[in-house]
Amino acid sequence: MPEISYRQAIKDALAEEIERDENVVVIGEEVAQYNGAYKVTEGLLERYGPKRIVDAPISEAGFIGMGIGASMLGVRPVMELMFWSFAYVAWDQIINNASSVRYMSGGLINVPIVIRGPANGGTNVGATHSHTPENLIANMPGLKVVCPATPYDAKGLMKSAIRDNDPVYVMESTLLYGTTGEVPEEEYVIPLGKADIKREGTDVTIVCHGPSVSVAMTAAQILKEEHDIDAEVLDLRSIRPLDEEAIITSVKKTNRAVLVEENRPFCGVDAQIAYTIQNKAFDYLDAPIQRVSTIDAPAIYSPAVEPEQLPKAANVVEKVLSIM
Amino acid sequence: MVGFYREMVRIRRFEERSLRVYQQGKIGGFLHLYIGQESIAVACASLMGDHDHMITAYRNHGHALAVGMSMNECMAELLGKATGCSKGKGGSMHFFAPDKNYWGGHGIVGGQIPLGVGLAYGVKYKDQKGSAMAFMGDGAINQGAVHEAYNLAALWDLPAIFIIENNGYSMGTSQERSSSHPKEGLAARAEGYGMAWEIINGESLFAIRDGVGRAIKRAHEESKPTILEIHTYRYQGHSVADANAKKYRTKEEIDDYRKNHDPLNVYRLFLLDQKIMSEDEMKEIDGEAKQEAEVAAQFADESEFPTVESITEDVYWEADNPDKRTSEGRLFFND
Repeated sequence: MPEISYRQAIKDALAEEIERDENVVVIGEEVAQYNGAYKVTEGLLERYGPKRIVDAPISEAGFIGMGIGASMLGVRPVMELMFWSFAYVAWDQIINNASSVRYMSGGLINVPIVIRGPANGGTNVGATHSHTPENLIANMPGLKVVCPATPYDAKGLMKSAIRDNDPVYVMESTLLYGTTGEVPEEEYVIPLGKADIKREGTDVTIVCHGPSVSVAMTAAQILKEEHDIDAEVLDLRSIRPLDEEAIITSVKKTNRAVLVEENRPFCGVDAQIAYTIQNKAFDYLDAPIQRVSTIDAPAIYSPAVEPEQLPKAANVVEKVLSIM
Repeated sequence: MVGFYREMVRIRRFEERSLRVYQQGKIGGFLHLYIGQESIAVACASLMGDHDHMITAYRNHGHALAVGMSMNECMAELLGKATGCSKGKGGSMHFFAPDKNYWGGHGIVGGQIPLGVGLAYGVKYKDQKGSAMAFMGDGAINQGAVHEAYNLAALWDLPAIFIIENNGYSMGTSQERSSSHPKEGLAARAEGYGMAWEIINGESLFAIRDGVGRAIKRAHEESKPTILEIHTYRYQGHSVADANAKKYRTKEEIDDYRKNHDPLNVYRLFLLDQKIMSEDEMKEIDGEAKQEAEVAAQFADESEFPTVESITEDVYWEADNPDKRTSEGRLFFND
């Protein structure tokens, strides 16, 4: 199986869907002539022309709202946010309009839009550029949100997102764009709402998503090598819809859970996961659920300190050891 | 021409009837009445072809009736009934009829304007000869999203028609106290975007049809946007909850409009003057409209409320079409 980058995997997904469906159009700042701020759309303008790959001015509220309106007429826009941190200037469109139009029209109108872009910290760009809003999005009925962690997942989830008739928001990571992984040449899709066991184990379940998956994998390796603990790493991949069954099945097997995410702890995704585990697998737990989140403050700039604010493998190891 | 009269009368009688229903305590939340502005929705709807679309803000009952939605489904929606156009899920501010190219009914001031530009984008993307009329009040013109939408429409030559229904007041704040603009008017801000613009006297249905007709022609033939500012007036408050409606303007001002500038009255006098209709014929139309509104009120009254189970319907397309669902996992988190 060929090994390609996360960036290439997303680009391939976009290209395949552009070719499959004439209504798919990619719109965003610098996506066409500049080849993408993070080069995800590099070469697509040359291949598909300016009707399908469209440079937007810096007007997130305007062009995302425009995408929502176009999707109501059956266009399938894939909107790039240079950073998910920029979503807030378009919040009324992203939250209010995209999630409510179907409901308020009694189901008469669909909004088949995809909004994608990186959502991660760890790049020393300060508080305004380091947001991970998957918890905020997942709070809105009507919206779907996925956080792929590998090239394979990124491609398969992106293709499903584009084909979905509901709004799907895809959160990528600038730190993952250059990572590589095996991706089959033949076409495949990954259904939204299906978690993936990234490492099988029997002693503790580490639930994670997006950028925290690699943190969990490193922690699992340390746990095995230094403590002979076999951790199961469960990558949610999709936040909403949520694969509760996979979480409960894993916890029932391991009887312990540590939840890792780059969100902050208060009202983070893992607050919901913790509720679900205690509600559906209470009698299987041999220890309290533990969490590792980003330190609860705006993202610090200082390159020397920012890594300390984000979830680290050492924190995960520590939390696991505390409940063994 | 009789048809225009009938449509304006229908809207006015519907609004008057809905106010009574509101006063009876049967309508929740807000109720933004269109009384005084009927000529705009009727003139614009009368010019719509197969690929011309309409989207507006929360003062949307007039547009809904003008594009052909029934009084029954509109009144039932006001009462929050399952027979309402949005099954009781949208309410007064959120009427929709995509089969009639009517895309709402939106509650956030100016938030619908980027959507309207999206409709224009869709029309152009599909190579259709059409347009998207995006309506807003004069209170919306200072929202950032509106200006972003202006720029996109002009930059990309989209067949969008921005229609400012300028009734002089954004809630209780007069235009003078809310908007800095070129002396010619609010629409003149179009100059900054290299867009065509026009200011229209909304008391004349024909003037509106002329101006909007030019904008539609520009959209159809050149795929270019236009900003239209149509001067109009609302007799009622911003919404019926606006108890101060007579405090931020004088009684004389309201009376002057009612007497001399009411579009329905102006049109009525024109029809009489030209002997196109007689008083009796007008009375008949008026009676029919009142009766239609009465029937709608009764229909709404007798209709069922939506079920509690329906609260989670129409949220996700996938949840409503389980046989076609491709995703897995939980979509709702109610236990």
